[in-house]
Amino acid sequence: MNKIKKITSYRLFLPLICLAIVLLINVIKTPAFFSVTVNNGVLYGYIIDIINRSSELIILAVGMTLVVASSGGTDISVGAVSAVAGAVSIYVLGGGEPSVDAYQVPYIVSILVALAVGTLCGMWNGFLVAKMKIQPMVATLILFTAGRGIAQLVCKGQILYMRVDQFKQLGGFIKGVPLPTPVFVAIIVVVITYIILKKTALGLYIESVGINPKASRLVGLNSTFIMFLTYAFCGLCAGIAGTIITSRVYSIDANNAGLNLELDAILAVALGGNSLGGGKFSLLGSVIGAVTIQALTTTLYAMKVSADQLPVYKAIVVIIIVALQSPEFKKMIKNLKRKQVA
Amino acid sequence: MFKNKREKIDGNTFLLVITIVLFCIMYLAGMIVFKDRGFIKLQVFLNLFISNAGLIVIATGMTMVLITGGIDISVGSVVAMTCMLLAWMMENKGIGAIPALITVLVVGVIFGFAQGWLISYLKIQPFIVTLAGMFFARGMTAIISTDMISIKNETFLALANAKVYLPFGGTVNKKGVLVQPYVYISVILALIVLVLIFIMLKYTKFGRAIYAVGGNEQSALLMGLNVKKTKILVYVLNGFLTAFGGILFCLNTCAGFVEQAKGFEMEAIAAAVIGGTLLTGGVGNVFGSLFGVLIKGTIETFITFQGTLSSWWTKITIAVLLAFFIILQSILAKAKEKNK
Repeated sequence: MNKIKKITSYRLFLPLICLAIVLLINVIKTPAFFSVTVNNGVLYGYIIDIINRSSELIILAVGMTLVVASSGGTDISVGAVSAVAGAVSIYVLGGGEPSVDAYQVPYIVSILVALAVGTLCGMWNGFLVAKMKIQPMVATLILFTAGRGIAQLVCKGQILYMRVDQFKQLGGFIKGVPLPTPVFVAIIVVVITYIILKKTALGLYIESVGINPKASRLVGLNSTFIMFLTYAFCGLCAGIAGTIITSRVYSIDANNAGLNLELDAILAVALGGNSLGGGKFSLLGSVIGAVTIQALTTTLYAMKVSADQLPVYKAIVVIIIVALQSPEFKKMIKNLKRKQVA
Repeated sequence: MFKNKREKIDGNTFLLVITIVLFCIMYLAGMIVFKDRGFIKLQVFLNLFISNAGLIVIATGMTMVLITGGIDISVGSVVAMTCMLLAWMMENKGIGAIPALITVLVVGVIFGFAQGWLISYLKIQPFIVTLAGMFFARGMTAIISTDMISIKNETFLALANAKVYLPFGGTVNKKGVLVQPYVYISVILALIVLVLIFIMLKYTKFGRAIYAVGGNEQSALLMGLNVKKTKILVYVLNGFLTAFGGILFCLNTCAGFVEQAKGFEMEAIAAAVIGGTLLTGGVGNVFGSLFGVLIKGTIETFITFQGTLSSWWTKITIAVLLAFFIILQSILAKAKEKNK
C-alpha cells in the first residue's frame, strides 16, 4: 500500500500515465503504430513521426517552463516570435527575393541572426515583465499581436522560398543519419538546459523567484534579472524553433509559421504537471507533456480525424487532464470518500 | 476644492481620458488628411460602429471578465461557432430564424456555464480553461461543417439589412439627392447592451460584487460575498454576450465558415486594455472598451482610405498602442504605490 502511494505521489506519475494511455489507445486501434521501417537508410513510422514533430514543441516547452516557473505567467508570443525569427533568417539568407536557389550569406550567419532576433524579442518581453512589472500575458500580447505583422513586413507579404538542399537538413535528415535532425536539436537543448539548471544554482533561483519574488530579493537574489533571463531564454528557444520550422518547409509563411504553437507549448507545461502559478517546475515533465500532445495529434490523424476537427478532441483531453490534476478536484474526491466511510 | 478635484481624477480615470483624447486626435487627424476623400462625412463615423457592432458587445463581456481578474480567450472561436450554427440551422436544417437565434444564445450560455464552473469551482486557471474552450469551439465549427455556408433566410436577411436612418447630418451626393446617414439595427442592439452592462456594473449589487471579487478575492470572501457564484455568473453572462456578439457579427457577414473571427479574442482584450481595464482585475469601464474598439476601427479606416498600406499595419499599430497603454498603466501603478 505504502509503495503504491509512493509511486502515485511521484511528480511525473500523472504525466507519464497520460502518455501511456494515449499510446495504449494506439496499440488497440492501430496495431502497426509501433512498427518502425527503414527506407533509404532513414527510419520511418508513427513513433518516429511523433518524436520528430514534437521537437519544436519540446524546445518551446523548455523555454515556457522556465518562464512559467519564474513569473507565474505565460509567454503567448512564442509562435509569433518563431515566425519573425524564421522570416528574418530567410530574408538574410536570400537577400529578400521570394524564391532563391543559392545562399547570399553563409548559412551559419542566418542561424545566428534568427537566434539573435528570438533572444531580442524575448528580452523585450522580459523587460516589460521583470522591469515594468506588467502581467506576463499582457506584456507578451504585444508581440503576439505585432509579431506576425512584423514577419509579414519582412517578407513583404509573400511566402519566401529557399530552394537549397543543405537548408532542408535542419528540419529533415542529414545524410547517413537515420534519425531526423530536429530530434537531435531538441535533445541538445533539453540536455544543456538541464545541466545548466542542475549544475548551477540557477534552477533553484528560478523556483525561489517564482514562489516569492520579494522574499527572494530580500535574501539577495536579483529577482528582476532572473525573470528577465528566463524570458530572454524563452525567446532564444522560439528562435531555435523558428529555424527548424522554416527548414522543414524550406520557406516562410508569416501567417502560418508556428501558428497556435504557443498554445501547445503552454499545454505541454501544464500537462507535465507544472503549476501555471509558478514556482517548482520539472523540465522533464514538460518534455513528456510535449510528446503527449504530439502523440495525441498523431493518434487522431491516424484515426482519420480531419485537421479542422482535431481541436475538439484535444480540448476534451486537456480539460480532463487538467481537472484531474486540480487540487479542488482531489479535495472533492476525498470528501466523497469520507462521506462513504461515515 | 482643488484637492477634491485632484482626488477625483485618479489613475484609472486618467487612462480613460487619454483613450478618449487619443481617439479624438486620431479622428481629427483623419479628417484633415483625408478631407477630400469624404472622411469628414458622418457616415464614415457610423461605419466604425457598423463594422464593429459584434466586437463592441464582445469587448463589453470581456471587460467584465477581466474585472473579475479572469480572462476569456475562447470568444473568437465561440463567435465562429455561433455563426456556423446559425447558418447550418437555417440553411441545412430549415429551422426558422427566431428559434435558431434562441438556440445559439442558449448554446452560448451553456458554454459560459461550463467554463465558469471549471474556473470557479475546480479553480483551474481561466487561461487554460478558455484555451481549451477556444480549441473546442473552433473544432466544433469544423464538425458542423467544413464548407462555408451563406445565409439566405429571409427573416435573417431582413434583420441584417434593416437600416435605421438618422434624422440629421444628411449629405447631398453627386446626383443631388439628399442621403441620410444610417446605422444597421445591430449597432443599436450593441449600444443597448453596452449601456445595460454599464448600469449593471455601476449600480447593481451584482455589479459591485464583480469589482470586489476582482479587487481582492480574499477580502470579498471575508466580506461575505459568494465569490464562486459571482464568478460563474460572470462567465455565464459573458457566454451569453459572446453568442449575442456572434449574432451581430453574423448579421454583418451573413455566412458561417471555420476560419471566421480568428484573433477576435485578442482584439477584444486589446480594446479593453486600451480602454483602461487592468488585467489584474478590479478596475475597468465598458465605455473605455468601446473607445478601444473605435480606435481599432479608426486605424482600419485609415488604412482603407490610404489605399496603399497593407492590412498588417493594423496589427502593428494596435500592438504599438497596446505597448503604450500597458507601459502607461504600469507607470501609473508604480506612482500610486509610491504615494502610499
